[in-house]
Amino acid sequence: MAILVLAEHRNNKLRKAAREVVSEGRALADELGEVLFAVLIGHKISALADEVNKYGPEEIYLADDPGLGVYNTETYAQVLEHLVEQLKPRLVLMAHSAMAKDLAPRVAQRVGAGLLTDCVDILRDDEDLSFVRPIYAGKCLVRMKIRTPSQFVTLRPNSFSAVERPGSAEIKAFEISLEMPRAKSMGVEMLEGEGPDLTEADIVVSGGRGLGDGDGFVLVKELAKMLGAAVGASRSAVDAGWASHQMQVGQTGKVVSPKLYIALGISGAIQHIAGMGTSKCIVAVNKDREANIFRLADYGIVEDLYKVIPVMIDQLRNTQAGSRSPKVM
Amino acid sequence: MNIVVCVKQTFDSEAKIQLNQEGFIDESLVKLIINPFDEYAVEEALRLTEAYGGRVTLVSVNPIEPAQALRQGLAMGADSAVWLDCSGIDCADQHIHAELVGTWLKSQEFDLVLCGKEAIDDGAAEFPSRLGEVLDLPQGNTVSGLKMENGKAMVRRDIEGGYEIIELNLPCLLSVQKGLNEPRYPSMRRVMEAKRKKIDRIVPEDLGLSNEKLTPFVRVEAYMLPPPRRAGKILEGTCEQTVADLIRSLRDERTMGQEER
Repeated sequence: MAILVLAEHRNNKLRKAAREVVSEGRALADELGEVLFAVLIGHKISALADEVNKYGPEEIYLADDPGLGVYNTETYAQVLEHLVEQLKPRLVLMAHSAMAKDLAPRVAQRVGAGLLTDCVDILRDDEDLSFVRPIYAGKCLVRMKIRTPSQFVTLRPNSFSAVERPGSAEIKAFEISLEMPRAKSMGVEMLEGEGPDLTEADIVVSGGRGLGDGDGFVLVKELAKMLGAAVGASRSAVDAGWASHQMQVGQTGKVVSPKLYIALGISGAIQHIAGMGTSKCIVAVNKDREANIFRLADYGIVEDLYKVIPVMIDQLRNTQAGSRSPKVM
Repeated sequence: MNIVVCVKQTFDSEAKIQLNQEGFIDESLVKLIINPFDEYAVEEALRLTEAYGGRVTLVSVNPIEPAQALRQGLAMGADSAVWLDCSGIDCADQHIHAELVGTWLKSQEFDLVLCGKEAIDDGAAEFPSRLGEVLDLPQGNTVSGLKMENGKAMVRRDIEGGYEIIELNLPCLLSVQKGLNEPRYPSMRRVMEAKRKKIDRIVPEDLGLSNEKLTPFVRVEAYMLPPPRRAGKILEGTCEQTVADLIRSLRDERTMGQEER
């Protein structure tokens, strides 16, 4: 019996969320006495096998083909479908990424498998697994089981840990003759911006309506850069045109679960909290002491963010330089 | 072009979630609305038919008549609405919704199927791709840009840090994302007119689906409320002091690194 994990990669590197998924696959395989198989799909990806190997699968399948160089629902679904047919894994794991949201349900439907997405915990009940996922904007958790022989599960980024367990995986080429897809991949446009992906980042700095002006994001980005953080935005900021919808954190935006979430000028509407409420530590800066965000925040500063952020940047810079700032009382 | 829009009726996000004595979610005080992402889908369908002609049909699977969701879509301008009544079966599984809608759609003529990218109640993001598979349609998920060019759909879909551009022939299935358009607010007159429009009701028997296709693949074991967060604190003092306190606390807790970058 086997567990199969999809190891997603970007720019010749394993994605952070993929490392978490392979690690969890390894942990489950150990607990259940199963083997762990990983699959890499793409073109010219053999070097990535070394990275995957650090997380201890027994076998790594390489589906390496020019036709797989760019993501396409139909070609990737063909690969997964045939691999699942061959290996008959009891569990297929992926990170809950843009790719998985497109691919997992399609393949699950094709092979007649149950699917649970965006899971934040996996529990063991004898030989059975149950999966916990958030619902109702994170206000409720539901523990569920899958009744089909093959179970498809996607894991929320930042909910599981990446643990290195170097192994000596057998690397196997997975040959497949691909049918031409009907949808044509015309290319990828990456948004400018340094820093980690919002859903995977350890630290997120978000700006809200309290910035008063789109220019405020310059300061937000400066703080984020200092912290190696991703930049997010509230719905108000996005609707005002100060940030792209891809930066929106919240119910109709992205759900993030970083170690640290810094909310600047954000009131803390329920819909925003839906997107960041499971952050391990929440810091809020807002002029309004009554702002809802302070009910949620671990640390709050009631002050004009335009006073706070420069001081924060200053103190971080001074302490990072290794010298204690004489300004700190 | 004839467009079918799948809509879901969900809890309003302001809803207070409580568990009753049996451990199920208490639905009594909950306000029901059209899933916000589905509104973008309805709006896009209306824009496309306004430009190219054709009809917009809404379809929704629910154990009770999803009047709020369907009438909102009708008020916005959709031509007709179909309710797939699943009250007679255990339909708490997206694969069943996909089988129901997919089977019904096989008897319909359409050029495009639109859905919201996910429902705000379960956040599963599972239904659109399952439906795409049932209908064997090429698909694009999380679409934030769409243009019709020479009878093909040029689609921009959101991925981490950017976009994928895909060209799809029709018919195809697309799930839509915020940012695609601004949904219109129906006028009071349209809202009143929508109240008088007929909603067609179809049950699984009408679709000739086998029990096997309608068996849930997943099962709920328990609902739980998330653990409460520890109480936070507001830092007092001058700006310099509060920031220094904050940085020190975050470093002590190892939330933030001690090291220079």
